[in-house]
Amino acid sequence: MATLGDLERAVMDLLWEHQEAITANNLRDLLSQRASIDNAEARPLAVTTVLTVLSRLEKKGLVERERSSRPHRYRAVTSREEHTAELMMEVLGSAPDREAVLARFIGTVSAGEAQTLRKLLGHS
Amino acid sequence: MFWTSWFLAALAVILAWPVPVFLSRAAWPARAPFAAMVLWQSIALAGGLSMIGAMLCWGLVPLGETLPSGLHGLLGIVLGSESLDALGILHAFALSAAALLTAHLVFTLWLTYFRINRQRRKHRDLLHLLSSPSHDRPGTLVLNHQAPVAYCLPGGSRSVTVLSDGLLELLSPDELRAVLLHEQTHLAQRHHLLLWAFAAWRSALPWLPTSKLAQESVSSLIEIMADDVALRSVDKPTLVTAIALVASGSDQLPADAIIAGQAAQIDTPTTTSARLSKLLGTAPALSLFAKLCVVAAALLLLAVPTALLVVPGILP
Repeated sequence: MATLGDLERAVMDLLWEHQEAITANNLRDLLSQRASIDNAEARPLAVTTVLTVLSRLEKKGLVERERSSRPHRYRAVTSREEHTAELMMEVLGSAPDREAVLARFIGTVSAGEAQTLRKLLGHS
Repeated sequence: MFWTSWFLAALAVILAWPVPVFLSRAAWPARAPFAAMVLWQSIALAGGLSMIGAMLCWGLVPLGETLPSGLHGLLGIVLGSESLDALGILHAFALSAAALLTAHLVFTLWLTYFRINRQRRKHRDLLHLLSSPSHDRPGTLVLNHQAPVAYCLPGGSRSVTVLSDGLLELLSPDELRAVLLHEQTHLAQRHHLLLWAFAAWRSALPWLPTSKLAQESVSSLIEIMADDVALRSVDKPTLVTAIALVASGSDQLPADAIIAGQAAQIDTPTTTSARLSKLLGTAPALSLFAKLCVVAAALLLLAVPTALLVVPGILP
């Protein structure tokens, strides 16, 4: 787990797996467990680092915090599947600037074009 | 200055309507995409320059014989050393319009840049959480989704090509190579900068035929350019099969079909048609001489309004 970006991914993976909210301490333990499976010499992770990552994710709107209990518990705002769907909507979708934001290999095809393409593939 | 302003106005009108209409209907751009791209850029730049230049020159007519002397006179008015009466209301109006149009174009360019960058950053953040790096291909991310999609997300050193699981299952290694070469060409040739400039041009002047036609043509041309580069390493049937498979694969997805309805108005269906007719047709590339003529015409087009504005005394 070299960079903050990698840590963010690991934290999100854990939060997506867990249905209920969990504390930063619990997250740290789970992350350390995984790290020691991957690499026995991994440095132990500080809870403050996990908290930094969590507050970054909270700012991005991916994580929410339950303030009713102490220490605070964290959970993912939406499921992994919903985020993937959101991403795909952006890729396939029709935002006015989409072409400038990202370039798809092939855009939307019209009915006539689809027919030409099917013919090329040998289907009728 | 008087005749300069009228000449520039005529040029602006020609570049705003008949020229782009003819060029967008012509068949040769697909045979010389690079030269055509240079020409479109020149039309957009020369068009903007003559529009602003015409209003500026006409506005400055009462203040001087040449652009520098006119601007000097204007500076005097702005600083208060000379009276505004010398200008007259109509000429003052033309000068304000020139200033407003310039500000509008610059501001829209800037705004579009920030909007695009913000969307890219948001997309990239989410992408990095949801995808995993490809083991054997640097700069490539694999997204866990069944729809066969491939796209590239530009962003300097953080540019990435994204492939979905669905795409990796659907395509053979050679077809996949064609897709990757196509996407990497977009990144290597900085096509996103062209798309940005023409998207900004279109949102700044949406009522102008040239801005819409230019953006659509440029979108088609970059796809053809990327295909041309891919074809240097893979054969034509492989690339066409890859296009057909990805297009019909994503066609069958219900989610995509829903979006396709909305996308039809913005996503240009002409892009795919232009690509296919180029790939399936047998028209050879334009000769080198013809390409050079197009590039020379483009440079001349840009040089004329520039010279009229900068060099004093070409037209009275």
